[in-house]
Amino acid sequence: MAAIILSARGLTKHYDGIKAVEAVDFDLTTGQVHALIGPNGAGKTTFVSLLSGRIAPSAGTIRFDGIDITRLPAHSRVARGIAYTFQITSIYANLPVFDNVALAIQRKGSKRLQAETMAALSRVGLADRADQIAGTLAYGHQRLLEIAMGLSMRPRLLILDEPTQGLANSEIEAFNALIREVTPQTTVLLIEHNMDVVMDLADQITVLNFGEMLATGTPAEIRANPAVQTAYLGG
Amino acid sequence: MDFGPFLLLALMEGMVMAAVLALTAVGLSLVFGVMRVVNVAHGEFFMLGAVIAWFVTHYMPGPPAVGFAAALVICPLIVGGIAALSDTLILKRLKYDPEATIVATIGLSYIFQQAALTFYGPDARPVLAPFDLRIQLPWFGYSGYKIAVVFAALAILMAVWVLITRTRAGLIMRATQLDRNTARAFGINVDRVYAAVFALGAGLAAVAAVLIVPIQQAHYLMGHDPLLLSFIVVIIGGLGSLRGTLVAALVIGLSDGVISVFFSPTLAKILATLLVAMVLVFRPQGLFGAKP
Amino acid sequence: MTRALALHIAVLVALFAAQYFLPPYHHTNIARIMVLAVFAMGYNIAFGYTGLLSLGHALFFAAGLYATGLGIELWGLSAGPALLLGLLAGVAIAAATGVLALRTGGVSFMIVTLMFAQAGYLTILYFGAYTRGDEGFVITRAARNLGGVDLSSDTPRYFAALILFGVGLLVNLALTRSNLGRSMIAMRENEERSRMLGYNPFRIKLTALVISGLYAGAAGAAYGVLFGYVGASFATIQYSILPLLYVLLGGAGTTLGPFLGALLMFYLIDISSGYTTAHLFVVGAALLVLVLFAPKGILGWVRDKGAKWLP
Repeated sequence: MAAIILSARGLTKHYDGIKAVEAVDFDLTTGQVHALIGPNGAGKTTFVSLLSGRIAPSAGTIRFDGIDITRLPAHSRVARGIAYTFQITSIYANLPVFDNVALAIQRKGSKRLQAETMAALSRVGLADRADQIAGTLAYGHQRLLEIAMGLSMRPRLLILDEPTQGLANSEIEAFNALIREVTPQTTVLLIEHNMDVVMDLADQITVLNFGEMLATGTPAEIRANPAVQTAYLGG
Repeated sequence: MDFGPFLLLALMEGMVMAAVLALTAVGLSLVFGVMRVVNVAHGEFFMLGAVIAWFVTHYMPGPPAVGFAAALVICPLIVGGIAALSDTLILKRLKYDPEATIVATIGLSYIFQQAALTFYGPDARPVLAPFDLRIQLPWFGYSGYKIAVVFAALAILMAVWVLITRTRAGLIMRATQLDRNTARAFGINVDRVYAAVFALGAGLAAVAAVLIVPIQQAHYLMGHDPLLLSFIVVIIGGLGSLRGTLVAALVIGLSDGVISVFFSPTLAKILATLLVAMVLVFRPQGLFGAKP
Repeated sequence: MTRALALHIAVLVALFAAQYFLPPYHHTNIARIMVLAVFAMGYNIAFGYTGLLSLGHALFFAAGLYATGLGIELWGLSAGPALLLGLLAGVAIAAATGVLALRTGGVSFMIVTLMFAQAGYLTILYFGAYTRGDEGFVITRAARNLGGVDLSSDTPRYFAALILFGVGLLVNLALTRSNLGRSMIAMRENEERSRMLGYNPFRIKLTALVISGLYAGAAGAAYGVLFGYVGASFATIQYSILPLLYVLLGGAGTTLGPFLGALLMFYLIDISSGYTTAHLFVVGAALLVLVLFAPKGILGWVRDKGAKWLP
C-alpha cells in the first residue's frame, strides 16, 4: 500500500451560495505525478488553493504527512513542504530574476546562496537572464521562473496550476523532463488543460466537474470512463 | 447647580457638538463611500469655511443676520469649488491611489493652513451670531442660537438624505459607489461625479463650520479637532455607511460633550482616539459597515 | 569593497571633513539633520523597504525623546543609561503598536498608526505635571555628558551625531543586503507570493516596524541629549509627516535617500523662511509635487536611470 502524502476529506468551499468545491475526498500518493483536470470553472484552482492554504475551507479536513493542517495558515504549510505556483503568474515583477529565485532558496537557510540560485536558474534555462528585471521577461519565461521558484524550495509536494500555459513546444518538452527528474522525491500535483502533457506525465488523474469529483484513476482508466468522456474529453 | 441639571447642560452641549460633527462626518463619509479615498484635508475645508465666514460677515454691511445668511450660502460654494479644483487637478491625476491620495491631501492641508495663516492671520477671531436669544430653562439659561444650530444641522442632513435617496443625482452617486466601471459603461461621467462628491463633502464641512463659528471663533488651526473627530465617527460608524455615521456622531458628540464637562477634554480625546484605533483593528467594519 | 560600500564610506568621510569647513550655524544644522536622517532611515525601513505607510512615527521618536529626557530630569539617570532607555522605549512602543496595527493594512494601517500617535501626544499633554506638556522642558547642561564628553558643545555634538548616523547608515546598508532585507522587500513587492514561499507576513512586517522604532527611538533619544530640549511638539502629526517627506524626496527604498531628503528639505525650509514666513506652504507644495511628479524621489530616479547598483 503506497504512502499517502496528502489527503482531503469532505473538502468544501461555498461562496455566498455558489458551491465552488463540494465535499471532495482526495488522496495523493507519495512520489506520484497526479493531474487534476476538468472543464473551466470546475473548481480546480479553488481546490488547490484550499490545499495550499490560500483560502479557508467552508468545511472538511486536510492532512499532510498524517498531520491535520486544516487550520494552518498558508506560510506554515509552505514551511512544512508544500509549494505552489500560481495560475496567473505571480512573480516579483520589479525585482531581478536572481532575486526572485534567491527569495525561494534563502528559505532553506542556504550558505551558498549565490551558487544555488544560479544552479536553480540553469535548470530552467534562465541563468543568462539573472540580472534581467523579471517583469520584462517573455510570458513563457516568467512561467519557467515561477516553476524554478517552486522547485528551489525543494518541496515534498509541488502544486502547479496550469504550468505549461504559454510555453512553446520545446519548452514544454523541457518542462516534462524537469518533472520526471524531480519525482519521486517530490510529489507533483498539477492542474493542466494540455492533454498531451497530462497523458505523458501523470501516474494518476482526478477529474473535477462543477466542484465535485467526477472520477479518479490511471490515465487509461480515465480515458475509458464514459462519464468523463461526456463531461470533458468530448466523447 | 445640581447634578441633574448639570448633566442636562452637558447633554445639550453634546447635542450641539453632535449636530456639527454629524454634518462634517457625513461629508467625509460620502467622499470615502463613493470615491474610496481618505481626505486628510477635510478638516481644512472645515477651517476654510469658518475663516471665509469671518471675511463675509466682516465685510457685509447690515445686521449680523444678513452677513451670516450670506456666509451660509457663499462659504460652502467657495470651499466646494476649491475642493472640486483639488480633485480635478490633483486627485484625478493620481488615479485615486489610496496611499498617494493621502499624501497629496496632507500636502493640500498644509497649503490651506498656510493660506489661512497668510490672509487671515494667526489670531482667533469671533463672528457674531445672527441673533441673540436666551432661552430660560428652570435651572439655567441657554443660548437660543445653539438650539437653532441643532435644528439647522438636522434640516441639512435631511436634505442630504433626500438628495442621495430620492434624486437622480443621488442615484448616480450610489451607482458610482457600487461599481465605478459599470457606472462608466452606463454613460455616467465618473470624473464629474467624483468632483461633485468631493465638492459636496467639502461643502458640508464648510456649512458645519459656519454654523459653529459664532460659538467657537475662527482660527487657522481649528481644522485639526474636527478632522480627528470626523475620522473617529466615520470609522466607528462604518466607512461608507451614512446611517452608521449619524449614529456614531450622536454617540461620540454626546459622550465627548459629557466627558469634557465632567472630566478633562484631553482624556475624552485620548479615549476617543484609542477607541477608533481598536475598532479598526478588531472590528474594521465599524457598527454598520459591510465586512471588508 | 563594492561600489555601494565605497559610496557610503565616502559620504561619511565627507561629513566628517565638513565640520572643519562649516561655519557654526551650519555646523549645528548638519548635526541636527544627521539625527533627523536617522529617524528618516528608520521610517524608510518600514515604508520604503517593507511598504508600511505609517502616519504615526512621531510616537516612536517622542518615546525615545521623552524616555531619555524624563530619565535624566525626573529619575536622575546619567546620559548613558538614559539614552539606552530611550532606545528601548522606541523598540517597545513600536512592538506594541505593531502587534495591534499590523492586523490591518493599507489605509486602515495609516489611520491606526495616526490614531496611536495622536493618543500619545494627548497623553503627553494629559500628564503635563511631569512632562510640562506643550511647553516642554530643558535637559540640564551638566547631564548632557557622556563619559566625560560635553555633548552640548559643538564639536562633540557633531561627532556624536555623525557616529549615530554612520552606524545607522551602515546597519541599514547591511540590512538591505541581508536575507531579512530581501524578505522585507518581497513583502512590499508581492505579499501573496511571499506567503506562498513560506514567509510569515505578520512576523516580517513586525520585525521591520520594530527596527524602524529602534532607529526612531535612538534618534529621539539623541536629539534630546544633543540639543537639550524635550517638548510635545515632537509628538505631533508634523513629526510623522516629516520623515515621510524626507524619504519621498530623497528616494524611498534607498539607503542614502533619507539623508538627502532631510538635508534638502531642511535647507529648503531654511532658505525660504528668509523670503517668506510661508514654510507650511513649502512643505505642502513639496509633498504635492513629489507625489504627483516624482514619487520615486531623487535617488530613486537616479537608480532607475541606470545606477542599478545603488542600494
